[in-house]
Amino acid sequence: MTFFGLSFAYLRDRGLNTVLNIALLALAVATLVILLLFARQLETRFDRDAQGIDLVVGAKGSPLQLILSSIYQADVPTGNIPLSSVEVLRENPSVSKVIPLAQGDNFRGYRIVGTEPAYPEHYGATLAEGRLWAKTAEVVIGADVANALGMALGQRFVGSHGMSDDAAAQGHDHAPFIVTGILKPSGSVVDRLILTSIESVWDVHGIAHGDEDDHDHDGDGKPDHAPGEHDHGDEDHDHEDHDHDSDGKQDHAAGEHDHGDEDHDHEAGGQKLDPEVTALLVSYGSPLAAVQLPGFINRQTNLQAAVPAVEITRLLQLVGLGLDAVRALAVLLMLTAGLSIFVALYTALRQREGDMAMLRVIGASRASIFGQMIFEGVALAAAGAILGVLLGHGVIALAAANFRQLTELGLDAAHFEVGEVWIVAGALAIGALAALLPAVRVFRADIADTLTNSR
Amino acid sequence: MTGAARAAAPLVQLAGLAHSIAGKPVMAIGDWQQTSGDHALVLGPSGSGKTTLINAITGLITPSSGSVHIDGEPMSALPASARDALRRRTIGLVFQTLRLIPALSVRQNLALAQHIAHGKHDAAAIESLIARVGLAHRIDARPRTLSQGEGQRAAIARALITRPRLVVADEPTSALDDANALAMIDLLFETAAATGATLLVATHDTRIQSRFATVLTLRSPARAAA
Ligand SMILES: Nc1ncnc2c1ncn2[C@@H]1O[C@H](COP(=O)(O)OP(=O)(O)OP(=O)(O)O)[C@@H](O)[C@H]1O
Ligand SMILES: [Mg+2]
Repeated sequence: MTFFGLSFAYLRDRGLNTVLNIALLALAVATLVILLLFARQLETRFDRDAQGIDLVVGAKGSPLQLILSSIYQADVPTGNIPLSSVEVLRENPSVSKVIPLAQGDNFRGYRIVGTEPAYPEHYGATLAEGRLWAKTAEVVIGADVANALGMALGQRFVGSHGMSDDAAAQGHDHAPFIVTGILKPSGSVVDRLILTSIESVWDVHGIAHGDEDDHDHDGDGKPDHAPGEHDHGDEDHDHEDHDHDSDGKQDHAAGEHDHGDEDHDHEAGGQKLDPEVTALLVSYGSPLAAVQLPGFINRQTNLQAAVPAVEITRLLQLVGLGLDAVRALAVLLMLTAGLSIFVALYTALRQREGDMAMLRVIGASRASIFGQMIFEGVALAAAGAILGVLLGHGVIALAAANFRQLTELGLDAAHFEVGEVWIVAGALAIGALAALLPAVRVFRADIADTLTNSR
Repeated sequence: MTGAARAAAPLVQLAGLAHSIAGKPVMAIGDWQQTSGDHALVLGPSGSGKTTLINAITGLITPSSGSVHIDGEPMSALPASARDALRRRTIGLVFQTLRLIPALSVRQNLALAQHIAHGKHDAAAIESLIARVGLAHRIDARPRTLSQGEGQRAAIARALITRPRLVVADEPTSALDDANALAMIDLLFETAAATGATLLVATHDTRIQSRFATVLTLRSPARAAA
């Protein structure tokens, strides 16, 4: 029986109190860990995905929504813009890179994005297997998609309309995609995407919308932003608006302006239509662009230009205020736990002053008695801290498993942050501090007096 | 100190020992000594300074005058940490209120005392000593579940587990009835004989006086002065 053993024996002896204090501290630590992981992973995700993208051009609407939908693939697009705007921007000498995105469909919740090879390249995503898309209907899938859905090269699948997996969403049965490539994990948004050519996305909608029976519009009230869908106002999700166009066609096929054109062919007739995309990711070639371009686009065109850095800062400020409030509460909870441990140890000490004096009399040094008390506080705190870290990660795992949006935001329960070490260290310090006063009391006590005055 | 000198030195040697608190004398003994193997009784009424004497012998207080030597070493003249070490090496204590640690079993109480004294664990010694005091069936019991008599046996076993040369007991019998008081003394004698310890028992309990050959009688120094 050592002094460590004695500490554990005392903790066990007042089991309920010990459990309560551990639980209290664990809750505080878990809250702080969740906040830390959430804030840090959100930030990392935001930074990583927005890297190198100076401007996003899309349809008018909320700039934050435009950024979220185009860079983070986490909201519905603001609408569609003419493909011709790509050329307009590319001709601008202060622009170094323009990557068009055509969104509108998903497969089991993973977004299908029509784009150019420059997009995966921008995120440093290279092929693990297969090759990039070459023809329409060929897709390259992100590492997470391949993992989660167990997809392999050559697999065919059919996308569903809309941004998220939804049983009510209609499938484009007759336009299957085929997987020609799988990307290596890049730690970016691309991991969770299915990439194809812009033409593929148009094609799917063009063909899909040529069939009346099939394209019974969801009527689920969900925004529906397939490229080419011109009237993407709130009202257009009304069943009746969509369902029975006189010509038997839906009006949201890509580039499909002319409803009388029964047999439009994208590959051949793409030019005469006015093809559309949902957003353009723009990188500046010169610092001048930052000054001129956003203002020009917002004022002179009916497009919208949003600066990711500005919008993310705005968002993080909003989220940050909430996080700060929760963080303050968690710190308060931690201090409460510390106080509770202090009260527990202090009360326990009063009951065992006699024990301690006796141990001193039979030869225990002051240091070992002092250490025993401190260790008791630290052991309690360590149990709370470890439990709290596990609880925090557990809660995040549970949340990520149940709320897809969190996974999309890049929340990963298996990821540990350096900051967690500090949280644990803080908890241990609180445990030691709570034990300090009682320990000092024992350290200073006159054993002869204590022995006479205690039982 | 040579082995011969050490063997010759009395186990407890008091020289001109007296103690006052705030100028008020609370204990006045003078010279006295106890040789190894010679169990002694310190007898005196309440307030005569028995506990004060024990505190001086065990080095918990520094007497205001005179000296205490334990086994030839000057307890009263040593610095605090050296006193702790000397006490740890030579003295076992039995407290009136037993002072077993309630969070630990009987076995663990002995193991902790053993750890403090020697920094090692000897499970066989613990078990055989507990068996000797007749507590084998309660070895893993918590102190608060023990009867008064069982608790005393456990307290004696704990004092002896470190194999001290001197076992000091303050009022071990004053709370007990006649039969139990004598049984307690018998047990102390028996276990002391088995481990080679010498007893120094302080009490106002005259029932046990007849058992001791050596008796140091104290009178209240305040009254003696009056
Ligand atoms: N710390 C102290 N402060 C003041 N007076 C003290 C202190 N310790 C002991 N005394 C006094 O010294 C005297 C002797 O006390 P001590 O405890 O040694 O007596 P005792 O013989 O052990 O008595 P009892 O049989 O009641 O235990 C008493 O009058 C007591 O009031
Ligand atoms: Mg006394």
